[in-house]
Amino acid sequence: MRVFNEIAVVTTICIKSIPQRFWASFSTVVAVGLVVTVLLAFLAMAAGFQQTLRGTGAKDMAILMRAGSQAELNSGVTRDQARLIEEAPGVMKDADGKPLVSPELYVIVDGVKKTAVPADGNLKKAPRSNLTLRGLGPAGIAVRPDLKIVEGRAFKPGTNELMVGRALQKDFAGLNVGNTVKLGNSNWLVVGAFELGGSVFESELWADTPEVQDLFHRQNVFQSIRARLTGPDALKTLSDYAANDPQLKLDVTTEADYYAQQASRTSDLIQKLGWPLAIAMAFGALAGALNTMYSSVAARAQEIATLRCIGFSGTSSFIGTLLESLVLALMGGIVGTLVTWVLFDGLTGSTLSGASFSQIVFTFHLTPAVALQGIILALVVGLVGGVFPAWRAARIPIVEAYGTP
Amino acid sequence: MTGQTLIHLQDVSKRFVKGKDTITIFDHLGLSIPAGDFVAVMGPSGSGKTTLLNLLGGIDQPTEGSITFDGGRVDTLTEGQLARWRAHNVGFIFQFYNLMPTLSAARNVELPLLLTSFGRAERKRRVEAALSLVGLAERADHYPREMSGGQQQRVAIARALISDPKLLLCDEPTGDLDRTTADEILAMLRLLNQEMGKTIVMVTHDPEAAKYARRTLHLDKGRFTERELVA
Repeated sequence: MRVFNEIAVVTTICIKSIPQRFWASFSTVVAVGLVVTVLLAFLAMAAGFQQTLRGTGAKDMAILMRAGSQAELNSGVTRDQARLIEEAPGVMKDADGKPLVSPELYVIVDGVKKTAVPADGNLKKAPRSNLTLRGLGPAGIAVRPDLKIVEGRAFKPGTNELMVGRALQKDFAGLNVGNTVKLGNSNWLVVGAFELGGSVFESELWADTPEVQDLFHRQNVFQSIRARLTGPDALKTLSDYAANDPQLKLDVTTEADYYAQQASRTSDLIQKLGWPLAIAMAFGALAGALNTMYSSVAARAQEIATLRCIGFSGTSSFIGTLLESLVLALMGGIVGTLVTWVLFDGLTGSTLSGASFSQIVFTFHLTPAVALQGIILALVVGLVGGVFPAWRAARIPIVEAYGTP
Repeated sequence: MTGQTLIHLQDVSKRFVKGKDTITIFDHLGLSIPAGDFVAVMGPSGSGKTTLLNLLGGIDQPTEGSITFDGGRVDTLTEGQLARWRAHNVGFIFQFYNLMPTLSAARNVELPLLLTSFGRAERKRRVEAALSLVGLAERADHYPREMSGGQQQRVAIARALISDPKLLLCDEPTGDLDRTTADEILAMLRLLNQEMGKTIVMVTHDPEAAKYARRTLHLDKGRFTERELVA
């Protein structure tokens, strides 16, 4: 009880004296806040990216790609293989008995980000970013029951019509319904915009497969096959079916698993950029924290010595000083978290996906788990920045504090 | 009023090493202070007054010799034991009061009691009593910056008294006060000595302050040069 009383009173004295060193304390809070903001911006980006990709794809949708190809871009599936899948067990059929299978083409086109549009509005002069154009089979919309057409209508088969994902439409120029977009040598009319649960599909352009095949001279070749599954066991049934047919050298997985794997690769990369940068900056903040805390101990040397005279232990001075440092760091962590939340949370960004080489539009997402990482980093800075000054506080010889010989 | 020996310094030497030099403050110093005494220690700067006070208060240890307090050795105690010993036996009064600027008068006075097993209610009662004794009951919630120097020193005296120590050590207690206020503080110290039997050792430069003591010790270059008894 006595030791808690000691620690409580020393901590109170330390923390209440923070305003006496306002600017030094303030600069420490700002430095730690900056570090936390940088880290959290990266982590929120990674979390948002991951959430976009992980939210993509259904568990009851199989995606089939050429064996060994890790992404749709590298895959190739023939028309014959697509026909075999239409007849495969485990594949759901619609009310008319037609299999819910969509052979899809996946090609890279380009577009202009709204932020890259020149002042004169001339899109021809603007730098271009890669976009995904997906050719959908006849059942392409039917296999995606969660699809919502939020503006206009679906493309008509056999026409150069496009549907645009909502996220892409917000982020890229010239993709409003009614706009004409030049892809390759032909013009395409944007006829509709869609949403699909905030998934990566919302960063794509969709069109009728045969038209895309014509445009890119890829007759009889697809990149992947989507097949709606009949139930939880249907994936294994379909996998076994593909494994037993020598014509079907295809990898079979659920769409959800496929995108989760894609997500972790890119978000890992973002995190691997964010953490070293934040840690490098944290050393700067650490120097600030050390300076502040050493000056705090120096300023309170007489108070500490007086308490020691009265009978307070060095331990209480150590813990009180350490807690002061942790409080400053925590304040910095909270400031950094709030700044990140205000500036970045909900912010739409787009980045090049390592797997698809095309832009994926995502939203920065400051999750509680992400925020916690920022707070932990702040507290580590506070702990390291406080422990040495706290040690000095605990070891101040009472005689020296009084300036006696 | 004085009784058996409360503090006894025997052959106490105190040396500091400064670079290549060794500075001797005391060389085989002897001193006995009976319980209930009120001793003023005077002397020029650098004569060792504050070092003596530090040795008496257990915040510094002699290089050689022994210090006994109430029959028990103090110079052999560890740092932690000394801290507890100080908490129970010594009250400190400083020239610049050394109050915690961020704590109220009551909280400042309460500090030594936080090292005891007294509960919150008992601490509160004792703090009120101590502040009443120094005439500052109505200033309990005031902060040091809201009080005059004399009031701050009275709070410091209340803090020194709160755990009922046998010994009060005063380092230039009136050095920062005007004459009138200084006399009030010194009268209070004399009262504590005469009425409550507190043993007081007071370092001072002020001959007027020394008159309030029962006797004055003159210290020069680490030796007592003159002993003057005051009626």
